[in-house]
Amino acid sequence: MASIDYPLEKSRRRQRDFSLSEALYSWVATVDHKRLGLMYMATAIIFFLIAGIMAMVIRAQLIVPENHVVGPDTFNRLFTMHGTTMVFLVGMPIIAGMSNYLIPLMIGARDMAFPRLNAFGYWIFLFGGILLYFSYLGANGLFGAGSAPDVGWFAYAPLTERAFSRGTSTDYWILGILVSGVGSIVSAINVIATTFCMRCKGMKLSRMPLFVWVMVVDAWMVILALPPLSAGQIMLLFDRYLGANFFNTQAGGSAVLWQHFFWIFGHPEVYILIFPAFATVSEVVPVFSRKPIFGRQAMVGAVVAIGFISFGVWAHHMFAVGMAPISNIFFATASFLVAVPTGVKIFNWLATIWGGKIRFSTPMLFCIAFIFQFLIAGLTGVMLAVTPFDWQLTDSYFVVAHFHYTLTGSFLFGVFAAIYYWFPKATGKMLSETIGKWHFWLLVIGFHLTFDPQHILGILGMPRRVYTYAPGRGWEPWNMMSSIGAAIQFIAIACFAWNVIRALIKGERAGDDPWDAWTLEWTTTSPPPEYNYETDPEVRSSRPLWDLKHPDDPDWKYE
Amino acid sequence: MATSVTQPVEAEWKLPDRGTVGIISLILTEISLFSIFVIAYLFYIGKSLTGPLPKDVLEFPVLATICLLSSSGTIVFAEHALKHRKMGAFKLWWAATVILGLVFLYETGVEWHDLIYDKHLTIATNVFGTTFYSLVGLHATHVVVGMTFLLIVLIVTMRGFPIHTQIRRVTFLSWYWHFVDAVWVVVFTVVYIVGR
Repeated sequence: MASIDYPLEKSRRRQRDFSLSEALYSWVATVDHKRLGLMYMATAIIFFLIAGIMAMVIRAQLIVPENHVVGPDTFNRLFTMHGTTMVFLVGMPIIAGMSNYLIPLMIGARDMAFPRLNAFGYWIFLFGGILLYFSYLGANGLFGAGSAPDVGWFAYAPLTERAFSRGTSTDYWILGILVSGVGSIVSAINVIATTFCMRCKGMKLSRMPLFVWVMVVDAWMVILALPPLSAGQIMLLFDRYLGANFFNTQAGGSAVLWQHFFWIFGHPEVYILIFPAFATVSEVVPVFSRKPIFGRQAMVGAVVAIGFISFGVWAHHMFAVGMAPISNIFFATASFLVAVPTGVKIFNWLATIWGGKIRFSTPMLFCIAFIFQFLIAGLTGVMLAVTPFDWQLTDSYFVVAHFHYTLTGSFLFGVFAAIYYWFPKATGKMLSETIGKWHFWLLVIGFHLTFDPQHILGILGMPRRVYTYAPGRGWEPWNMMSSIGAAIQFIAIACFAWNVIRALIKGERAGDDPWDAWTLEWTTTSPPPEYNYETDPEVRSSRPLWDLKHPDDPDWKYE
Repeated sequence: MATSVTQPVEAEWKLPDRGTVGIISLILTEISLFSIFVIAYLFYIGKSLTGPLPKDVLEFPVLATICLLSSSGTIVFAEHALKHRKMGAFKLWWAATVILGLVFLYETGVEWHDLIYDKHLTIATNVFGTTFYSLVGLHATHVVVGMTFLLIVLIVTMRGFPIHTQIRRVTFLSWYWHFVDAVWVVVFTVVYIVGR
């Protein structure tokens, strides 16, 4: 009912049969932001399944004490590749994919600012990912066999130095991540240029959807936070291949410096990863509560504040290293500060739901679970920011539980909300609500069963990254629960995969605006034509589609 | 209430140029990269366990510095000439920029040759060598990249390409070149003044 245009001619023409090679060529050679966005998402999902299977093997190994599913060497590779993949080859491409697909649509642009750079970003990222995984075949490990990196996702020096990491597996970690990082940086530059330069008429920053706001702050964080990692990795390569002494303690180098460089990147990075979830929840919650977002300006302010503070908290990962007391106090205080803008966001989401006419569709369910789980993740985060508490629990399963609450319980739930919400736009097909609810509830149950006991395991003293443990320490029931939970999560993900495949084959048609939403992307067809909008949209308020649907009571009267 | 269903959209709708925003973002991300190498240099000052030390081997790269900094001036003159369609002057100033940049690279090469073969300082010798070659080398790499683009512009202009149609891109290149110069000011200060 509220569509600006129906380019039927064009969509019919697109449906004519392509030969396989033509279709392949059209995807490989594309510079269209929507196709690249989908390619990013598909690649991320494939890497997600691979890394998820690694997590299954890890939990299978830990289900009972002194288990022998995999040996210690394999276990080291599993948690290294699981962490590295989830952060760099799942999280980062999902950010790029969601920004690419949605930002031009949401701001009424035809494409990103630099379409060819965009394609370059995708292919260089994919190359980095394949390079990392090629290590299973190509790297030579201790005994000449091919082997993956085994130094942990933050690759602490001096373990990564030539003397302690023989062979080439660590080099695959360095180069794969360095190369895929280039992809993330160019994609972020593209997002910034698109957001500042390509908005349609009337789309002032004050009217820009919150999704775009969050993602552009995210892009700023990417371009400032990723280079420290690249710099550290270049130094590490110099150490390993040219005999430089950056992290070589025997020649006056400092292993702690690597930790600083890594976490100057690493802490902004975890906020970078959570931002797409913030962005999604800020769009989905209002639509399914039938209310405009509560405190729009405060939400923007909060996200900018989180962006700033994130660059001043990195050393809270390093309390156990033995820093000066003043550093401990500074970084603990800065870390507490993050809770303030984050709290603002949580209260605003709750206030948006409050008194709303809530529809409990699958995207909304994921968002509600996100809010609760993210709150708990934040609370354990504040606990870990208390320096003495961190001394007790650092490198324990408590930390593992904390960051899986943020990355699984929050980021992943946010991403699933996004997929259920925007899948109809991207494909023109609805995902099944029934299977979606199975997916949601199994994931909630599996998630809590996996990670809630891990808090207790940490408090009971189980260190992270151990490949097995002795019986009789009271860890058995919690590990058993955790592993069973992981299996339930696996079933949930299988439901999701089935749901996607089923929808692509025989999903019911979505129409242009299945959720009765308010942002611009729902005014065009599903899937949108190559050129997005037949006429350049004009925007008068932050809910342009509301204005179109309610000409008698448009938003711009009140803004 | 049907009086103003179509509230007029802002008549003036002007957004920044995407190239401008793109190149500024690129420079910011480069600044972030350089600052880590600068921090590493500052952190390791005086931490070398063996010689040679900076005060024993480093000499002020006077000629190189003069060349690189003045190339920022010549490129401004070149841009100015291009904007006024004075193609002869443009080619002259642009070629001058290229030559000044090449002299800088040559001087760096001479300095490194001297350090490596006569003074026996390599990247592996001590942490001074490690940080010195990394920071100066990272900067020199950026000079090489800038030089490549400067040369491309020079060559296509000499072969008759209408470069005045690409003023925008030439401007972006000159910004990048100014950035490389500005980084040299920092590198010079850190390596040759503070570090000595």
